[in-house]
Amino acid sequence: MSEIRFEAVRKSFGKFHAVDGVDLDVKDREFVVLLGPSGCGKTTLLRCLAGLERVDGGRVYIGDRDATDLPPRRRRIAMVFQSYAVFPHMKVYDNIAFGLRMQKERKPVVDERVRSSAGLLHIEELLDRYSSQLSGGQRQRVAVARAIATKADVLLMDEPLSNLDALLRLEMRAELKALLQSLDATTIYVTHDQIEALSMGDRIAVMNQGRIVQLGNPLEVYDNPADTFVGGFIGNPPMNFLEAEVSVNGGSSVAKLSGGSFELTGGTAALAGHNLLLGIRAEAIGVETAPADGLVRATVIVLEPLGSHNLLTVRCGEDILKVSIQPDLFPLAESDVWLRLEPARIRWMDRDTGVAIHTGTEEFATQTAVITS
Amino acid sequence: MTTIAEDTAPLARRRRRWEGLPYLLILPTVVYLGVFFVWPMIQGFGLALRDESGGWSLSAFETMVDDAAFGDAMSFTFLLILVIVPIQLVLALGMALLLNARLRLGGLFLYIFLLPLAISDLAAGIAWSAIFTERGYLNTILEGVGVLEQPFIFLDPTSRTQLVIAVAAAEIWRSTTFMMVILFAGLQAIPKDYTEAAEVFGAGFFQRVRHVIFPMLKPSIQVALLLRLIFAFEVFAVVIALTGSGATVLAAEAYKWQATNENEHVAAAYSMVILGLSLAAAAVVLVALRTPRERRLR
Amino acid sequence: MALRQIRIGRVLAYVAALVLSAFILAPIYLITISAFSGFDAVYDYPKNLVPSDLTMESMNIFLDSEGVTDSLLRSVYVAAITIIVCLAIGTPAGYALARFTFRGANPFQLALVSTRAFPLIIIAIPLAVTYLRVGIDDTVLGVALAHVAFTLPLTVLVTASVFAGISYELEEAAMTLGCNRLSAFRRVALPLALPGVAASSIFVFVTSWNEVFAAALLTLRERTLPAQMLAALDTSPLPYRLAGGFFLLAPALVVIFFIRKYLLTTWGKVAR
Repeated sequence: MSEIRFEAVRKSFGKFHAVDGVDLDVKDREFVVLLGPSGCGKTTLLRCLAGLERVDGGRVYIGDRDATDLPPRRRRIAMVFQSYAVFPHMKVYDNIAFGLRMQKERKPVVDERVRSSAGLLHIEELLDRYSSQLSGGQRQRVAVARAIATKADVLLMDEPLSNLDALLRLEMRAELKALLQSLDATTIYVTHDQIEALSMGDRIAVMNQGRIVQLGNPLEVYDNPADTFVGGFIGNPPMNFLEAEVSVNGGSSVAKLSGGSFELTGGTAALAGHNLLLGIRAEAIGVETAPADGLVRATVIVLEPLGSHNLLTVRCGEDILKVSIQPDLFPLAESDVWLRLEPARIRWMDRDTGVAIHTGTEEFATQTAVITS
Repeated sequence: MTTIAEDTAPLARRRRRWEGLPYLLILPTVVYLGVFFVWPMIQGFGLALRDESGGWSLSAFETMVDDAAFGDAMSFTFLLILVIVPIQLVLALGMALLLNARLRLGGLFLYIFLLPLAISDLAAGIAWSAIFTERGYLNTILEGVGVLEQPFIFLDPTSRTQLVIAVAAAEIWRSTTFMMVILFAGLQAIPKDYTEAAEVFGAGFFQRVRHVIFPMLKPSIQVALLLRLIFAFEVFAVVIALTGSGATVLAAEAYKWQATNENEHVAAAYSMVILGLSLAAAAVVLVALRTPRERRLR
Repeated sequence: MALRQIRIGRVLAYVAALVLSAFILAPIYLITISAFSGFDAVYDYPKNLVPSDLTMESMNIFLDSEGVTDSLLRSVYVAAITIIVCLAIGTPAGYALARFTFRGANPFQLALVSTRAFPLIIIAIPLAVTYLRVGIDDTVLGVALAHVAFTLPLTVLVTASVFAGISYELEEAAMTLGCNRLSAFRRVALPLALPGVAASSIFVFVTSWNEVFAAALLTLRERTLPAQMLAALDTSPLPYRLAGGFFLLAPALVVIFFIRKYLLTTWGKVAR
């Protein structure tokens, strides 16, 4: 059983609070991604879990043990470092075998585990080489093989794919996910790449300035951001945020933007009177070429053809939005388009705090697991 | 000044957890240097400021200054510095630039240029005495080529100028390399982009050296000059080997008073003078070649 | 046109390099052939620039002279002791400087760097006095201890630079795989630091082998080679001096060959 629990963990470097009160529960065999920009504390939190940094406050539990005061070697973890940290003075074989030899495993066991780990990572032919004779991608595989060879309960990965080139990163992502799914370990994975996070994690902990801002499965984090930071960090392009106000006219509510207004569905009356931000994703905005009721006018600034869709940058009043449209529509620059902002896809945020406001009228995409037996 | 650890660690990992461990690790060094470096130095002060009876007095300094050899030693030392340092600076810069130019056989030149680092000043003195001596190699060559008709006495004890030149030659030969090493390291630290940009904008080689390389090399030049001056005040065995008793320097006088005259007070006084001159020279170099923070490379 | 300038420039560069090389090699060459020419040939004039017959005559006379082989041995002992003590004390300090940020680090490093400003002379004289009182005057150990004081600061700085060049992540990785701090150091950091540390010890060797002032001051009968040579400068015959000079040069020259690469990288880094 290898659940992980962080309880009010704090870690500072001088005056800088890298981790500022983090509570997190990770279930056994779960794959949790720590996602956030540089300096948000994700790597520090991982290193606190590994025992490479001593926490200044709070406690860390691994399995059923309080690991807070244990050195790394007694926590039953394995780690893949961002720079791979493959020992340059040892052959690949000895690198992979290192952890097992430290545990004083018998030679046949060591040999079998090294070869099977190498096989899983497809590096059997490299066992006799030295790190300097390997490419970056190969070194990365050695680092992963070394980590899984010990069959530790907990696997920690610190941006393992960041130093690979884009194409290699894509391949390794899928391969790594498949590999990790087949293992028994609980995995904590740190990255700043939100695409990586969305694609790999069971749950994502979005971090900013030392705190966890939102914890949820990828779809939750994508479609129901807890605040403007999450909405702006996740998704490519980031979520659009427009300054807005809601006024109530008789029985209906109207959303007022700088570029126009449109009617909202019921249930949004409570928003009236607040300073609001209207959040909506680029692909949730419909585009018409002629004006109609409920549409808001905008002017095209730039069109970027991206192959699978076209990305428009439009100005709507004083706001600039990104809008995704089908790949065969090519509105000209300076031309007008009319936008339909689907009320159910709008995510309202408080303009002053940036925090999401739920009206109950939102429609969220949910992840339903189809289990076939 | 940042410590070596601060220079190489990324921000988040700069502080290791505080333990007594680092202090424990440096303790032997601190203790050793305290006993064998700091304490003797303090003792040196004490020796120089005392006399035979053990009381405080300046008699050691008085004796030192009254001795005719003191003036000789001072002037000879300063003459040497005046001759050696500028020549060495130019030479070291040239050698560093040559090494930087990546010529073919660069590795061979590197080894040859580095050789003098291993040569002690005593060996240098002996080698050059074989060259300069009346029946030596220089005369052989000059007579053979026809420049001289008979052997020239290079090491004339009565001619101070000749002695300075002889010692200077040996010293330049021996110790230019260590200045070159410092300058070369500084050269390597200058990103190629700057010289390439200068070249694109029309600067020839010497212009590049003057306007781009030289200013950026100032910190290295500062260090090289500093060390050279400090070592220059300590020059010792090469003078004895080349001139016998024909000329003397401060360090040689210190040695003489300690070993021959058995008067450690005057010897210590001499070493104080050397120390004072070294520190003064250091201060001068640090101030004169100071680069204001905004203009530094980093 | 520009190409011609470049070519002329390159040619000039080669010429300059050759001239400088000749300048550096000439005295070494000359002293070598002097040392290996016959006892009387040394006094010949004009000298033979290209040696006709090389003999070990001068060398043998030198080596058979009283006290010479002993002084050679003593130089070796002194250098060996110096290296061992320097490494034993300096390596941990260098590791501490490289890996830890602690409050004393900056002043400590500053102090080490500034020891260069203090000449060996200033500690040699008081040490001579102290040694007499303590009873280790005129010993190999005494000279070695003085040499350590002289070379320890540089050793610490170079070692620190070497360790700093080894990513700490490697030791951290070892710690996650079952090592404690000490075994991580032993299995990962130390093997990788060995080349650099070896180079710095060779530099210590050269420094100790060549050092003459302190060695001459601190010994009377138990002299090292340089001290012996210095004392005998006035009284010894020329062949003796030349052979001795050769012995002073030779080991160091060989040694420089092996560490030339490290000299440029670590020395330069340490010079701020």
